[in-house]
Amino acid sequence: MQDSGIQVLFQGTNFLRLLEGLLISLRIAVVSMGLSMVLGILLGMVMTSNNKVIRFLCRIYLEIVRIMPQLVLLFLVYFGAAKHIGMNLSGEMAAVIVFTFWGTAEMGDLVRSALISIPAHQYESGFGLGMTKLQVSCYIIIPQTVRRLLPSLINLLTRMIKTTSLVVLIGVVEVVKVGKQIIDASRYTTPTAALWVYGAIFILYFLICYPFSRISAVLEKKLKD
Amino acid sequence: MKKQEEILKVEHLIKSYENGKPVLNDLSFSLNKGEVVVIVGPSGCGKSTFLRCLNMLEPIDSGKIIFKDQPISRSEKNAHEIRQKIGMVFQSYELFPHKTIMGNIMMAPLKVQKRNKKEVEQAEQQLLERVGLLDKKDAYPRQLSGGQKQRVAIVRALIMNPEILLLDEITAALDPEMVREVLQVVLELAREGMTMVIVTHEMEFAKAVADRVLFLDQGVVVEESRPAEFFNHPETERAQQFLNTFHYDAIE
Repeated sequence: MQDSGIQVLFQGTNFLRLLEGLLISLRIAVVSMGLSMVLGILLGMVMTSNNKVIRFLCRIYLEIVRIMPQLVLLFLVYFGAAKHIGMNLSGEMAAVIVFTFWGTAEMGDLVRSALISIPAHQYESGFGLGMTKLQVSCYIIIPQTVRRLLPSLINLLTRMIKTTSLVVLIGVVEVVKVGKQIIDASRYTTPTAALWVYGAIFILYFLICYPFSRISAVLEKKLKD
Repeated sequence: MKKQEEILKVEHLIKSYENGKPVLNDLSFSLNKGEVVVIVGPSGCGKSTFLRCLNMLEPIDSGKIIFKDQPISRSEKNAHEIRQKIGMVFQSYELFPHKTIMGNIMMAPLKVQKRNKKEVEQAEQQLLERVGLLDKKDAYPRQLSGGQKQRVAIVRALIMNPEILLLDEITAALDPEMVREVLQVVLELAREGMTMVIVTHEMEFAKAVADRVLFLDQGVVVEESRPAEFFNHPETERAQQFLNTFHYDAIE
């Protein structure tokens, strides 16, 4: 079976290169997610503020992130920074900035809704037991918020992993780009390479995202109170 | 009559919400140790607000609340220490859903009072045994019925060894047949000399448990008397009207 395209995956270091590409995708997603979580929790707390101006500004930020396609943001940061500020960001750096910008907004909104979904009586119940504000936060509010947050947090992570495929367009060599290189290199020897390579990438993404989405579904069921 | 030691005193309390109309209008009140005071009145008369003020959960506009000769206020640094001595049980139980029954009950004594774990466990067992829920100690609140949750909430307040217990319409959210199991616990507490302020719509219960009845309407105490007098011969017309709403005339 000389011309079975599947071989293309195992020729030379092809498969290893795909995995390396995947690692870069994951690195962007995980670093952005980590930053988004920290910043998003802060933003979420700010968003529950009583100050109308602060709430309005947060709202605008959130809307901008939701309305702008991530691709546009990527171009804006990657090319914009180079042209107008003269900053030569690496593609990966630009990607992390954009994904963090996006993730922080989404995360902030999740934290905000989790926080306001805790009934005021839960706070009072804690105060009634003689707890200080700090104790109420630590033992009552935060544990419940985290529970409500976990499923949607994991959901956001899988979305982020998938969206990293866009960074190809600003020249980051991640899994899709590596795939493209392999296909291009074997265009004449194995014309069906595209099917196999993209198929492999599909399975790789699936293998990573599926466990997360399962965990999120299980958590959602288990943590329902 | 029990010994007259004044434990809580309210002087000229005025409290309004944002719209400016006072909910509590120049209310004065005093509570003796071991006394059970029941507050009744039409809805919106400020009963619950009053109870929440006693526990400093609500800010007040003016007036004084004095706990054991010491004025208290929610802006004071020691507000949380005072609250440990004034337990409160809410209408909607408000157990912590992420903790087991045991976790719910033991959280405050361990984290707030920093008591010894063994001692707290023992106290918890005794209290749960008393309300007949010892077998539920590893369950989660969502697995319990309303009446059971409310009994746990009472235990959670009791384990702090409060000097006063505030009960805010604790049976209002319960099915009729569960009301009794909860009120039975409260009756026993009263018998043991627990100082309590109770807001309730259960008139028969009020009659049985109260040493004194306070009838509140539009933020003022309209009538204050012993339960036998209040329920049989209310002095004011407003109270008569109110009590009449609990009777139904049979259709001829």
